[in-house]
Amino acid sequence: CFPTKGNPRLLVQREREESCVRTLPDFHLTAREAGYCGTMLSLGSGGAKSSKPSFVSYVTPEEIKLEKDLPKKEKHPDLLPGEVVFCSANPILKYTQDDLSQRGIFGTLFCTNFRVTFLSDELTQEEKSKTFKNKLYGENDIPLMCVDHIYGAYDEKRKLITGSLVKNKYPSKIIIHCKDLRVFQFCLTYTKEEDTKKIFQGIAHHCLEEKSLKCIFAFSYAGTPSPEMQRKRETIMFESPEDWTQEMKRTKAKCRLVTENENFELSQRLPKYFVIPSTIEDLFSYQGKGLPIWCWSHHSGCALFKASFPPMTQEEVDFQKHLDTMINAVAHNYLYSVKTEDLSESLPTILDIQQSYNKFKQFFLIDNSTDFWLSDVKWFSSLESSGWLDIIRQCLHKAVEVVECIDKDNTNVLVTEEEGTDLCCVISSLAQIMLDPYYRTLMGFQSLVQKEWVAGCHAFLDRCNHLHQKDKECHSPVFLLFLECVWQLVHQHSPAFQFSETYLTVLSDSVHVPVFGTFLFNSAHHRESVMKAESPLAQSGTLSCPTVWDWSVQFDSKAQNFFFNPLYSEKVKHEKTVRKPHKPKHQRQLSLPSTAFKTPTKKGFFKEETDSLKKMLRVKRISRWMGSPDSPMAATREFYESWQQRPLDYHGLLLPNLDGPAVRVWMQRYVRWIPEVHIQGGGSMAVMTKFMELLSQVQDLKRVLEQRDASQAAKFDHRPHLQHRLLSFGSSGRLSSSFPFAYSRNRSFKPIIPTGLMQSLMVTDNLASQEDEAS
Amino acid sequence: MEESGSVDSVESLCSSTTTRSDRSSGTKVSDTELRSKGRAFEKVYKDPGKGELPLLEEELVQDAAKDVTYICPFIGPARGSLTVTNYRLFFRCTDREPVFGLDLPLGVLSRVEKIGAATSRGDASYVLVCKDMRNLRFVHKEPEDSLKKSVFEVLMKFAFPVSNNMSLFAFEYKQVFPENGWRVYDPLAEYKRQGLPNESWRISKVNDHYELCDSYPAVLVVPVTITDEELRRVSSFRAKGRIPVLSWIHPESQAAVVRSSQPMVGQNGRRSKEDEKLLQAIMDANAQSHKLFIFDSRPSVNAAANKMKGGGYESEDAYQNAELVFLDIHNIHVMRESLRKLKDVVYPNIEESHWLSNLESTHWLEHIKLILAGALRIADKVESGKTSVVVHCSDGWDRTAQLTSLALIMLDSHYRTIRGFQILVEKEWLSFGHRFQQRVGHGDKNHTDADRSPIFLQFIDCVWQMTRQFPAAFEFNENFLITILDHLYSCLFGTFLCNSEQQRLKEEVPKRTVSVWSFVNSQLEEFVNPLYVHYPSHVLFPTVGIRHLQLWVSYYIRWNPRMRPQEPVHQRYKELLAKRAELQKRVEELQREAANRTASSSSERAGSPTRSITPVQTFV
Repeated sequence: CFPTKGNPRLLVQREREESCVRTLPDFHLTAREAGYCGTMLSLGSGGAKSSKPSFVSYVTPEEIKLEKDLPKKEKHPDLLPGEVVFCSANPILKYTQDDLSQRGIFGTLFCTNFRVTFLSDELTQEEKSKTFKNKLYGENDIPLMCVDHIYGAYDEKRKLITGSLVKNKYPSKIIIHCKDLRVFQFCLTYTKEEDTKKIFQGIAHHCLEEKSLKCIFAFSYAGTPSPEMQRKRETIMFESPEDWTQEMKRTKAKCRLVTENENFELSQRLPKYFVIPSTIEDLFSYQGKGLPIWCWSHHSGCALFKASFPPMTQEEVDFQKHLDTMINAVAHNYLYSVKTEDLSESLPTILDIQQSYNKFKQFFLIDNSTDFWLSDVKWFSSLESSGWLDIIRQCLHKAVEVVECIDKDNTNVLVTEEEGTDLCCVISSLAQIMLDPYYRTLMGFQSLVQKEWVAGCHAFLDRCNHLHQKDKECHSPVFLLFLECVWQLVHQHSPAFQFSETYLTVLSDSVHVPVFGTFLFNSAHHRESVMKAESPLAQSGTLSCPTVWDWSVQFDSKAQNFFFNPLYSEKVKHEKTVRKPHKPKHQRQLSLPSTAFKTPTKKGFFKEETDSLKKMLRVKRISRWMGSPDSPMAATREFYESWQQRPLDYHGLLLPNLDGPAVRVWMQRYVRWIPEVHIQGGGSMAVMTKFMELLSQVQDLKRVLEQRDASQAAKFDHRPHLQHRLLSFGSSGRLSSSFPFAYSRNRSFKPIIPTGLMQSLMVTDNLASQEDEAS
Repeated sequence: MEESGSVDSVESLCSSTTTRSDRSSGTKVSDTELRSKGRAFEKVYKDPGKGELPLLEEELVQDAAKDVTYICPFIGPARGSLTVTNYRLFFRCTDREPVFGLDLPLGVLSRVEKIGAATSRGDASYVLVCKDMRNLRFVHKEPEDSLKKSVFEVLMKFAFPVSNNMSLFAFEYKQVFPENGWRVYDPLAEYKRQGLPNESWRISKVNDHYELCDSYPAVLVVPVTITDEELRRVSSFRAKGRIPVLSWIHPESQAAVVRSSQPMVGQNGRRSKEDEKLLQAIMDANAQSHKLFIFDSRPSVNAAANKMKGGGYESEDAYQNAELVFLDIHNIHVMRESLRKLKDVVYPNIEESHWLSNLESTHWLEHIKLILAGALRIADKVESGKTSVVVHCSDGWDRTAQLTSLALIMLDSHYRTIRGFQILVEKEWLSFGHRFQQRVGHGDKNHTDADRSPIFLQFIDCVWQMTRQFPAAFEFNENFLITILDHLYSCLFGTFLCNSEQQRLKEEVPKRTVSVWSFVNSQLEEFVNPLYVHYPSHVLFPTVGIRHLQLWVSYYIRWNPRMRPQEPVHQRYKELLAKRAELQKRVEELQREAANRTASSSSERAGSPTRSITPVQTFV
C-alpha cells in the first residue's frame, strides 16, 4: 500500500486494522440479520499505482477509541467505518486566517481513503460545540473528492501541482483549494524530509491522480443506513413504476409509462422507467435516442417534454422524419400545439459553463487579506467578466419562456439538446419549480432532483469530475448552475420555499462528499452495473450507498432545522390540491388551432418542418425574438410584468426578476469562509435566527393550547416555555454572518480595515482637485 | 424528527396573500408613494371632472391643465390632467385602467427643461429633472405660446420660489402634530446623557451669539483647561473659525471624538500655540492613551494642495504625540458627478448585460466604501484603541459630518434608535452647520450651482448599508430613511432649511415651520423595525468590502416598477409577533382559568410532573 513504510505508528495501526478485518464476517452477519444492507467493502487501495490488492479494513468507532489510549501523546482521527489511513506527517503547521493575522496551529496531517485531515496538537473544543456539525467531516477535513486544486509554494512562487510535478521537489507550503470554496494552507517545513515527501506525494496522488470509480470511498464506506430513512422515505426516488404513476396522477398527465427499459434494452442512457406521449408506439425504432420524455403536465393538459437528438448517423431525410414524429407525438398530447427549443443553440454550452465558473470561483478562493482587498477594487467588473451571473440569468430566462408557453399559451413544450440530460434538466426543473408549488417544498424539491437529474440520467460522474480525469471536455458544473438558479428564486421569493439557502448550500457541498450514491453515476444503467459489480457477495444482492436525502447521515436533527426556511408561508391546510384553481385564461385559443404559423427566423435545428406538419400543427420556436433587434430579454418582460401586477400567490406561479440588480451572488455559499467579509453580529442569519426563535415560541404556545384542548381537564399548570432551548440563539447579536458554516474561533471583536484604499479610486478628472467651496 | 401537529401549526401565521394590497398598489400607482404618507393630515380638494386631490393645510391649487400626456418610461404615454399647487405637482392619468397618479412635491425639481418643438403639431414638451433620481416628461396638446401663460409658468414659479423672491412652502404649512419635533434635540440634555460636563470637559458659552463661529452651534464642549479666550485664538487658526470641539465621549474609556475644520497652516507652516495646547488638552482628557489620532478625511494630495490656499493639515512636529491619518475621501464635486453617473445607469432603464461594470464605473459604491472605511477606522481607534480622535476635512461640515455621525452610530447604540438618530442628525449635521441650503439648493433654479452635492444622501446610504448588515441593530426601518430623504427635498418641513443653526434662528425656522420629526414621531409605527433588539453597549463594525455593499435599489431604482421589492421580511415578522401576542394572551387566559379551578380543587393533582414541552422544530 502507499507510503506507510518507516512509520511505526502506522504499522501498528495497520496491524490493528487487519485484526479488525478478521472480526468482520461476524459483524457482517449481524448486520444482515438486523436487516440492513451494510455490506463488506473492498478497497481498491491507494489508486492506480499499487499492484496487489491492499488490505480490507473495518474499524468500528469503539476500536478506534481503544487505540487512542495506547500511544500517549499522538492523536488519531476518528475514522469512519471503512476509512483507512494512508499516510501522515507531524508536525505540520496549518495557517489560520482568524483574527486577520496569519498564524498557525501545529498538528498532524493525515491522508485517508476518504479525506485529507488535519488534527491539531492543541485541544479543540470548538468542533464539539458546533450547532451545525457535519457528522462525516469537520472543519479540518477535506474529502478527497472535494479537492479542487493543490498549489505548492516553491521559493515564494505558487505553482499548480499536477501529477508530473510531484516527483522531486517538495514545496514548503501546500495550498488546497476545495470545491466547497474552502482554502487550506499547510506548512511542510517543520516536518522531517522523509515525512514531507510521504505526505505530499500521498495527498497529491490521492487527490489529483486519475482514479477508478471503485476507489471512491463510497464503496468502502459501511455506514449503517439510518433506520429513520428506512422507515419513511418521503422523497420520491422515481426508481419504480409506481413512483411515476403517482406523479402522473398528481399532475393529471395523460401519458404512457414505459417499462420496456427495465433491463436497459432500449438504451443505457435512458432511465429504467420513464413516461412518453401516449401516441408513441414503436419504441424500439427510436434506438433510444430522440424520445420525447415527459417531465410535467400543466392543469390545462399541456405538458413539458425533453428529448435528446435523434441519431445523427441517419440520412438527412430520416433525421427530418424522426423529428416530425417526435414533434407530432408531443403535439398530440394536447391540442396539437407544440413549441420547441434546441437548448444547445440558445444557451451556453457545457464548456462555456465550465469556463465561466472557473473564472468566477477564483474570486472566492482567497489566500490572504492582501489578495482580498486587491480583488475588492475591481469586484463588479471582474464579476461581470466571468459571465457566471449572465449564464444564470440566461437559464432563468429560458425557463421563464418555457413557463410562458405552458402557463399563458397552454402549448406543449419540447426542449432538446444533444444528450438531453444537461441543460434540458436545468430548464425543465426550473420551469417546474416556477409552475408547481409542490417542488418548492423540501420533499418536492428532492423528488424533483431525483426525477429530472438522478433518475433522469444526468452524467454526474463526468460532469463533477469525481475521478479527476484530465480530459476537460465533459466536466461542467451543470447541477451547481441549477442550484444557483434555484437560489436566485429562493432569494427573491423566500416565503414561497420551504427550504432555506443553507439547505441549498449544504446540497451543493454534498455533491462532493464521496459517501452518497446519489451523485456518483452517469446514468441509471451505470449505477446498477457498478453496484452489481462492486458487490462482494453477488448473490446477496447489490451494494447500496446511502442516498444524500438521508440527511441524518450528515446532520443531527437539530442541525437539520437550518434546512427549513422560517419565512415559508405554508399553504392553508384544508386545500389539498396542489395547484391553485386557475381559470383558463386563453380560452380564445381553444377554438383557434389555425393561428398563423411562424417560421423561425434563425437558422435552427427545426427550421424545415414538413408541410404536412405545418398545416396540422402550431409549431413554434420558443424564443420568438431571436432574430429581432430586441434583446431576448424583452420577450418575457411583458409576461413578467403582467405576472407582477397580479396579486402575489406564493402557491401559484412564481417568476424571477432578471434585471441587472436582481441577479445576485450567492453570498452564503461563496463568502462563508472569507473572514474579511464576515459581519460580526449581523447578516441575514441574524434575521433568520430571530425568525426561528419567534416561530418556535409561537409553536410552543400553540402546543400548550393544543394540550389544553386535548386534556379537557386542564388541571395542572403548564408554564409556557418561552425560553426556547434548542433554537436558542441568545447570542444572535454576536453570531457572524457566516453562521452556521465558518466559526471565528477567537471572538476578539475587531473591525476589518481595508488596506490599499487609494488604489481603488483614482479619480482623474479635475473635479478631484477642486475646492469644496466654489469661490 | 418531531412531527406531531407541526405541519399545519403555522398555517395561519402567514397567509400567502398578506402583501396583496401592498403589491398591487405598489405596481399600479407606481409613482405616488411615500408622499401620500401624510394622508391623515390632508384635506381634499374637489374639482369636478378631475377627481379628488388631497391637499395639505395651506396648500392651494394654482393652475391645472387637461389633456396632458405623461411619457412614462416604463408603461408608455399616459394621458390625463395636471394640477400645480403651491406645494406639489399632481398628475392624474385618465386613459388607463387602473387609474394611476403622479404626486410629487415641487421641491424635488432640480430643473425644468423645455424640449423644442419636436413634433410638427407644435405640442409643447418638457422634462422635469428631479433630485430623487427620476425625470418626468410631459407633453401638452397646446401650442407653446399659450403654454407659457399657463401651467408651465406657474410650475416654474412655485418650483423655484427662492429664485422668484417667494418663500418656501414650509413657511406656509401650518399642520399641527401631536408632537413638536423641534424639541427632539436639546444639546445640554444630549451632553448630559454622555456624562458631560465632567472633570475634563466643560460646556462653553463662548459661541452663545455665534460670534466665535457662525456655522457652529451655540453650545460647545471643550476641555476644562482651555479658556474661552484661548478658544477665540484657536478660532482664528482654524478654517471658518471651526475649532476642535467634542462630539462624543466614550462612557468607559473617556476617549473622545472631536471635530473641527482644517488648520490654517498655509505654505509657511503657521503654528498656533493655543491650537497645539487645545489638542494636547484633548489628549490629556483621556487618561487611557498618550496618543491622539487626527483623521484628515481628504486624500493627502488634496490636503497638501490646500496649503496653497492657506489651509493644510497638522504637522507632526507641531503636534507631539499626534498621528495624522488621511482617509482619502473625495470632495463634493466628485460625489456630485458620481451620483449623476449613477442616475444615468439606473434611470430609466438598466442595461442588463453591462449592469455590473456600469455600476462600477459610477464609483458610487466605492465612495460609500471609503466613507464607511473611514468611519470604521475612527470607531476602531476610539473603541479598541481607547484613543481620542480629531476628525476634520477642509471646512469640517461635509466629510467630517459624515465620518463623525457614522462613527457615532457604530459606537453608540443610542443613535440607532429612532429618536437617537434624530438627535444625531440634529447635532452632527444641523447644529454643526452642514450647508443644507447650498448642498440641496432648496427652491433655487440655479441647478448648475457647484455647491450642490449629495453629501447627506451619501450619509443616509451608508446608514442603510449598515442596516443591511445588521438587520436587528436599528430601531428604524428603510422607510424611515427614505422618508427623511424625501423630506430633505420636499420643502414641506423646516428641518433641512438654511445652512446653519444661526441662520435658522434668524429666519425663525423653528417658530414658523414644522419639523420633519413632528411628522415622523406622530406615526412611529410606520418607521419601526420589528426585528430590532436593543443591545446596550454593542459596538457595530460593519464590513466595508465592496462585496458586501449593495446598491440601494429601493431608493435609487424605486421608480422602476420591475424593481419593486419583494415581500418585506418585516411584514412577516410583524405577523408572527402579532400571532405570538395573540397566543400568549390565550394561554394566559387559560392559565387564569386553570388557576381559578385549581384554587377550588387545589390538592388534586399537585404532584403531577410538569411536563416540559419538547422543543419544536421549525417545520416538518
